[in-house]
Amino acid sequence: MKKPNRRFVTNLCTYLMVIIAFFVCRSMIDAGTMSRSMKGQLVPICAYIVMAISLNLTVGISGELSLGHAGFMSIGAFSGIIFAGWLRAVVPDVGNEVRLLLAILVGGVFALAAGFLIGIPVLRLRGDYLAIVTLAFGEIIRSLLNLCYFWLEGTDLRFSFGSSPDPAIKYLFNGPAGAQNVAKIPTETGFIGGFILVLVTLFVVLNLIGSRSGRAIMAARDNRIAAESVGVNITKYKMMAFTVSACLAGMAGALFGLNYSTLQSVKFNVDASIQVLVFVVLGGIGNIWGSIISAALLYVLPEMLRTFSTYRMLIYAIVLIIVMIITNLPLVRGFVTQLSNASERRRMHRDGKIRKGDAV
Amino acid sequence: MTETRRSTTKMVPFPSRSIVPERDLDKQPILETNHLGIEFGGLKAVQDFSITVGRTEIAGLIGPNGAGKTTVFNLLTKVYQPTTGMVLLDGVDTAGKTTVEASKMGIARTFQNIRLFGNMTVEDNVRIGLHNQISYNMFSGIFRLPGYWKQEKRQHEKTMELLSIFDMQDLADVKASNLPYGAQRRLEIVRALATEPKLLLLDEPAAGMNPHETEELMDNIIRIRDQFQIAVLLIEHDMKLVMGICEGICVLNFGQIIAKGTAEEIQANPVVIEAYLGKQKEAEA
Repeated sequence: MKKPNRRFVTNLCTYLMVIIAFFVCRSMIDAGTMSRSMKGQLVPICAYIVMAISLNLTVGISGELSLGHAGFMSIGAFSGIIFAGWLRAVVPDVGNEVRLLLAILVGGVFALAAGFLIGIPVLRLRGDYLAIVTLAFGEIIRSLLNLCYFWLEGTDLRFSFGSSPDPAIKYLFNGPAGAQNVAKIPTETGFIGGFILVLVTLFVVLNLIGSRSGRAIMAARDNRIAAESVGVNITKYKMMAFTVSACLAGMAGALFGLNYSTLQSVKFNVDASIQVLVFVVLGGIGNIWGSIISAALLYVLPEMLRTFSTYRMLIYAIVLIIVMIITNLPLVRGFVTQLSNASERRRMHRDGKIRKGDAV
Repeated sequence: MTETRRSTTKMVPFPSRSIVPERDLDKQPILETNHLGIEFGGLKAVQDFSITVGRTEIAGLIGPNGAGKTTVFNLLTKVYQPTTGMVLLDGVDTAGKTTVEASKMGIARTFQNIRLFGNMTVEDNVRIGLHNQISYNMFSGIFRLPGYWKQEKRQHEKTMELLSIFDMQDLADVKASNLPYGAQRRLEIVRALATEPKLLLLDEPAAGMNPHETEELMDNIIRIRDQFQIAVLLIEHDMKLVMGICEGICVLNFGQIIAKGTAEEIQANPVVIEAYLGKQKEAEA
């Protein structure tokens, strides 16, 4: 019988952490001890946790710095919202759960397609250039959305591009003004949906990492030339990571969008992309459970700092800097690496795995 | 009525440019290069490189620093596309192929400056070498379909079997970058073997090893050749290793082959001695 390896234990703890957090929140809602503002944040937190995990797939696992992740989120959000609006018109008595589920799937599919199309030119680049181009694509998506208009005529979905809005029409999506009259999902349902989406995201990302494809993605990150020399098709696996990541971001977007009755595309600008990147970096690049914790804490932090009113963002920034300094202190870093590396090395010596005379 | 326009010529057999071990004579050579060359903006890094490597031969490629040995490896593995000449791998032309395709055709290599996947475990490094030996797709991987379990299990067994060549099974769950230097070199060889190559290219396998480790490595290279029945082409500066195990040796200087032959022939060749030690003065001669 093979003893469970460390990755298996870590993954199990990650799932448990999410499940426990969910039930703690549920019981707080039931007991009425959760504040109204906090309750309103639950669904966005879930959405941003999914965003952080999916960006970690691109940045941490695949090793490509992407600054346009909010662009995929916006595609998912608006395609999900428009679909939900259309669905409400076609089948008026469809349940909230079904509407949310279908909207998330639609959001994921559209973001996946966008990720694939954008990935073709972007993944030819490397390093800083890739970051700059993803940044540009994020902005292009937002600018294009500002020119799109969607409305319903009976049950038919109509679309126009670039024309000025007609005040007589009740738009589902009205360019710069964003989505209006959203077929909103109640928070209770949204939270359960968000919880399931986080679990699904974890399932997809963690299982991907532990499979043949995931190993190929990480090999391409660690050493491009060596990966090619053993027959790993770099472009294919970079593309796989990028599109899966985009798809998950789109799903998160649909969940996020259906939590509000109106939503503007400005919500998904560069700041939002950077915010998600901050979650990933502070949680630890390539560290999935770290992303979950940092996304949850850092998303509610500005809300908790409301008492400082004007100085809120200043303090937020200071907290970020302090966290970065602390996690980079030699003492703390040394402690963390000691937990993994040194114990391993000690074990190797103890078991006589390192031969005498081997250069270390 | 036909008219003969050419002058009368006497045809003679073309002399074989290369030597192969006698046991490989009746088989297709694993590697043949014809007038292989590459230019980097006018600089001829390698030119007129023609060798033949037998099916189970251990061949050596030596030469002073900067002679173009690693460039030859990069040409063979298609990291560079040659400007002249061609490479036949097991009789198949590799022109226009990519590194990935060359790997699938049966060529594997190690690197002079070790290139392991440092953040991954020893086992995962070997498993990446087995990448093209298993075939389940992304969805079986994510949803853990039966294909995943079956192939992962087989892959694990194969990995352990390969690691046992160098007695490294115990190190399977150690991070590759935490390995001692010698073990990292050995792991690179295991990873290359995992791709089931027909030709293994070793770029300075003994670099940084102590005499005892080099000794062991020599035995292991011969053992690998015997066990897997593959050809090995190695670059090495340690003459004890080269002269000790290489059957055919090719000496490169300034991008050109200056000598080919067996260890004894190379050691006695004045051109080789001159390339390594410089010209003897007339007065001393």
